[in-house]
Amino acid sequence: MSSIDTAPGAASDLNLAVLKGFSRKQMVAFGVPAVILLYLVYVFFAFDIPGIASRARLDNAAILVSDFWSHKTHVTRDNRNNEVTVSIEGENKGTYPEGMLPDWVTMADGVTRIDLGKGHEVIFDADGARYMVPGYGLVDISPQAGKLRLVLPDGGIPDWINASDTRVAVTTGQGRFSYTRNRTEVFKYQAGWELFFFTLDSPFYGKSFGELVQLATVGERVDTNRSNISAMANDFWNNAMWRHGDVAWALFETVLMAFLGTMGAAMIALPLAFFAATNFSPSRPILFTLRRLFDFLRGVDGLIWTIILSRAFGPGPMTGALAILLTDTGTFGKTFSEALENIDNKQVEGVQSTGASRIQQARFGVIPQVTPVFLSQVLYYFESNTRSATVIGAIVGGGIGLLLTQAISTQKDWEEVSYYIILIILMVMAMDTLSGWLRSRLIGRTGHP
Amino acid sequence: MSDSTMFHGGTAESNAIRDNYLALARRKQMYSGILMVIFIAMMVSGFRLADSRNAGGFWNGISQIFEFPSEVLAEGIAKAALIPALLAKFLPSLIETLNIAAVSTLIGAILAVLLALLSTRGLARWPRLIPVFRRMMDGMRAIPEIVIALVLIFILGGGPVPAMIAIAFHTTGALGKLFSEVAENADLKPVEGLSSVGASWIQKMWLGVIPQVAPNWLSYALLRFEINIRASAILGFVGSGGIGYDLRIAMQWGQGRYDEVVAIFILLFVTIVFFDQLSSHYRNRMVKGH
Repeated sequence: MSSIDTAPGAASDLNLAVLKGFSRKQMVAFGVPAVILLYLVYVFFAFDIPGIASRARLDNAAILVSDFWSHKTHVTRDNRNNEVTVSIEGENKGTYPEGMLPDWVTMADGVTRIDLGKGHEVIFDADGARYMVPGYGLVDISPQAGKLRLVLPDGGIPDWINASDTRVAVTTGQGRFSYTRNRTEVFKYQAGWELFFFTLDSPFYGKSFGELVQLATVGERVDTNRSNISAMANDFWNNAMWRHGDVAWALFETVLMAFLGTMGAAMIALPLAFFAATNFSPSRPILFTLRRLFDFLRGVDGLIWTIILSRAFGPGPMTGALAILLTDTGTFGKTFSEALENIDNKQVEGVQSTGASRIQQARFGVIPQVTPVFLSQVLYYFESNTRSATVIGAIVGGGIGLLLTQAISTQKDWEEVSYYIILIILMVMAMDTLSGWLRSRLIGRTGHP
Repeated sequence: MSDSTMFHGGTAESNAIRDNYLALARRKQMYSGILMVIFIAMMVSGFRLADSRNAGGFWNGISQIFEFPSEVLAEGIAKAALIPALLAKFLPSLIETLNIAAVSTLIGAILAVLLALLSTRGLARWPRLIPVFRRMMDGMRAIPEIVIALVLIFILGGGPVPAMIAIAFHTTGALGKLFSEVAENADLKPVEGLSSVGASWIQKMWLGVIPQVAPNWLSYALLRFEINIRASAILGFVGSGGIGYDLRIAMQWGQGRYDEVVAIFILLFVTIVFFDQLSSHYRNRMVKGH
């Protein structure tokens, strides 16, 4: 303060410096957001975000959302041989066998009645098809001389009916109906994932929970050769639609990839880290070589390792595990050797003073200090690698990542996609909890490294 | 002399203590031993299981491990003159990959700041909603990027946007948790000072908290940027957008286009190493101050 009072020149210098500082801070305060904004504007056009609106397929989104909570049942009549089939999601595996129908479909004397609910009813017979829409009237279609004759109540064609000479389609809130010369088809939408527990060929299909409990405990054996509960478990596990057994295996494979990769990398990196830490390495060239090796392993990245390894090992979990192992050996080698360089030397000296050898010094002076750091690193990576293993599985062809990409590429089994997504999230959360629990048990504190 | 007599001729009490200690040490050793055996058993059986479920076996594969790289390298060397042109050809894709990573880190970090402040004890705007925001971040962290990316490709079509949204989503959750841990340790005195002059919540956060935590937050965001470059390359390979997609096309073509594979490998490697070094340099400067 006194210097300012006594030296006016210095004071004005200081004044200037402070003002300069202020204006610089103001520049930064406005400049940084401005730069960020400019960058976002550039990306907005570089990524062609305005064009997204025209390319986006909102109908696909609607399919996805409706498949998430509902399923549809197809009732199809082949108009060339007059055969009617009822199948869930139109799949072979979900086709109702002869003599078995959902309670809203009745077939008698070549006439099929489909009750879509709320008074909507569709009738197929030899003459054609009729759809009774309450509050509107009867939509009557019959083939005549190679064309379709459509009879509607008075007034023009409403926009929910799409009609041409060869095809008539009706979409209402209760379902969808379409008629062509070759086939008549009705889709009925119902909530839930049908056949999730048992497929139609299982004797347990369609039973309520109470009935199933009764069958499993005191009920008579459906199959005399085995108990009901094992038959149920078998039918559930081998469910042809949902393939619970395969899915469980895939999840397990994904965790296995993460486990083998992470732990294998930790086991390889641990001894190497001693040679790559300045305070333990026996020679500079070894230290230098190892560090460059770690940088190389990390720099090549999981993607390239995965591609290279899948050529040598073929698809499967081993390839994914090795790709994780290689990348993480680089990461662990780097972080472990940094942790070793930061240890407290007093403990090592204490052990040394008792005449311990170098190995013993490492065992009793160093390892106890670094174990918590290493363990929490390894557990954190184990959890994060479960997520990576999902992506790597999609590339190498193993685990849940493969099932997910296969289900998405068919572009119709969205209920399966939703099922896998839910399972993946549950798996990652379970691994998160497990690694947090192990960390608190083994180290005694929580939180990320 | 007195020491040794004390040691050897210890009272019954000290003997009991010693026995107790030795028993404890032995038990601890036994536990570690059991843990070790379980761990080794899991590793060995896991290895054998993974080996049996793999199309090509481990021992068979290890002998061929250099076949593919040498094939690619041989073609790369044979066409070495073409590589510089290919590097230039794939540069726009590389920039797209980097843009995906940068934008998703930026958006993710901005959202993470908001979520972190809303879910930190002592700073939250609505303290009752802290658990809600925390579960939200946990959920965002748990969803792997590939899941969101593939679903969005179905809806939005190809291009860089699905990957960008997917990575930004995951980044928000991951950074939010780390940011919140940093903010928990922030000094509350500036906040109290600002409350005493009647500052709003936004002013308190902007002027009282963010200047304290900015270096640590920036360092986490830089680390995340580096991770997101890798993620964006891999998502391009599985889905669409950026250099990953070009790599998949070149790989599908197979022999004859390995020069392109070499060029892409070089670009990816150099980029990752460059940003790795850059981010660790700046992180050291920001956190440790040198």
